Amino acid sequence: MLFRPLNGGPVVKHILLIGFGLVMLYPLLWMISSSLKPEELIFREPGLWPSQVTTENYTEGWYALKHPFGYYLWNSAVITVLSVVANLVACSLAAYAFARLNFPLKKLWFAIMLGTIMLPYHVTIVPQYIMFSKLDLINTIWPLVMPKILATDAFFIFLMVQFIRTLPRELDEAAEIDGAGYWRIFIRVVMPLCMPALATTAIFTFIWTWNDFLSQLLYLNNPDNFTVPVALRTFLDASSDSSWGPMFAMSIIALGPIFGFFLAGQKYLIRGVATTGLK
Amino acid sequence: MTEVSVASGPAGGGHRSTQRSRREARAAYLFLAPWFVGLLVITIGPIFASLYLSFTDYSLLEEAKWVGLDNYTKMFTEDPRFLNSLQVTTIYVIVSVPLQLAFALALALVLDRGLRGLPIYRSIFYLPSLLGGSVAIAILWRKVFGADGLVNAVLSVFGIQGTGWVGHPDYALGTLILLHVWTFGAPMIIFLAGLRQIPSSYYEAAAVDGAGALRQFRSITLPLLTPIIFFNLVLELIKSFQSFTQAFIVSGGRGGPADSTLFYTLYLYLQGFKNYDMGYAAAMAWVLLLIIAGLTGVNFLASKYWVFYGDTK
Repeated sequence: MLFRPLNGGPVVKHILLIGFGLVMLYPLLWMISSSLKPEELIFREPGLWPSQVTTENYTEGWYALKHPFGYYLWNSAVITVLSVVANLVACSLAAYAFARLNFPLKKLWFAIMLGTIMLPYHVTIVPQYIMFSKLDLINTIWPLVMPKILATDAFFIFLMVQFIRTLPRELDEAAEIDGAGYWRIFIRVVMPLCMPALATTAIFTFIWTWNDFLSQLLYLNNPDNFTVPVALRTFLDASSDSSWGPMFAMSIIALGPIFGFFLAGQKYLIRGVATTGLK
Repeated sequence: MTEVSVASGPAGGGHRSTQRSRREARAAYLFLAPWFVGLLVITIGPIFASLYLSFTDYSLLEEAKWVGLDNYTKMFTEDPRFLNSLQVTTIYVIVSVPLQLAFALALALVLDRGLRGLPIYRSIFYLPSLLGGSVAIAILWRKVFGADGLVNAVLSVFGIQGTGWVGHPDYALGTLILLHVWTFGAPMIIFLAGLRQIPSSYYEAAAVDGAGALRQFRSITLPLLTPIIFFNLVLELIKSFQSFTQAFIVSGGRGGPADSTLFYTLYLYLQGFKNYDMGYAAAMAWVLLLIIAGLTGVNFLASKYWVFYGDTK
């Protein structure tokens, strides 16, 4: 039987859920449709289906700032990719030590590591800024990437510690009997089994860095170094309140990579949120 | 100690096992080296540096000048904008966090229990959580709730003349609260994971005893879910107290209109990096740390009275 008879309950439930989902996504869909409408139609048509389609907003927005928008996408991509790589390496190194090795004061260091997860970024922001400006590193990528190289995203250390603890220790011991040192065990045994945790770390680091605004606003104030969020912000300052088309178009482009990662990495995202409470 | 040397296997003898544990400790500290440097230079160092700076007058260009508690007394006695930012942030947190968690829990309950299409719904409701922090969405929000934005366009279909919501001191904060509620998907997923931990045999037993859906919710679901509610509450309180991007973009970086969206962190940013009053900003940062630590502490203390941990009762 292809069609099971449905009783009233689930159907009503589905209708309500679909309705609610539509209301939630409506602003997003409206932004996409508005980005394809001629300027003067955006306010007149709150509906989603554009009566007239144009790509003018995209070409206009792409060249509206000092550099073509691709320039800012590239700047964002460089910082984001470096952050992902740095987080993967630095956090997994620390996580392996916490999960598998014994050393003096381990409990204390672990507690400190957990404590730093909850630490508000603003508490360190002023001295960090002073330090990077004394080192003459404002308007470079270092203030944004250096913290990741130094494993300060403790959330991911915690995530990986939790994951490594679920792996059977016998594997480590077998490799040790075969004469492998800690480094070889880390690279050859533990890391390959950690792929799900590494994927979660990579995807979240990507999304957070791509979205990050405050630190990029702080450290990048030369238009030649602007990333996507900072560039979008200048858009807002530069354009009058009536010209939204190009701004919407570039906002859609800015959200594109996140949406892509969302589609590709849903499994890891949802598992990551469910197990650790990441955002 | 003896256990350790036995566990360390065939080597056996005390001497070789201490050698081994020394080797292990050395390896561990090498693996942790980047983290240690980061802890010192990026985290702990700056925390204490900002404590020191909070007692000074410092503008990046001149030497820091010791002023004692001046920054702190100024904050609470002579700076109405500071007190206002504290108030705005508190209202934002107190209204938006419970609302967001209520939506998250409600949707998780609806989606639980083998609903068809669950993965699709889950993804749809989760998507805003990923996008919500971005500048692009804040721009969208500014336009949706602007004078000639989507909301007013929809209202005008019904013949209602709306106002410029983000430009009105009475409503601007409300639009930011809505934006926060919109991102209920992440706590919803945590709730869903929690709901899945509750054995279905509990419900079956309750049904046999004649408990209805509401009774089951009150006596089984809610108590067993309190640890998850608590977890979400702690996390969201800490996070929402630090909200920055949305208020910055929606208000054009100024916290207006009439300081109605001047979030704490936004005011801190303006003081530290627009006025270059870095001593004052550092003092604000420490007050923020104390507020968040205090809030979390109170949360943990209060949790004894309402959070139910099955086996450790």
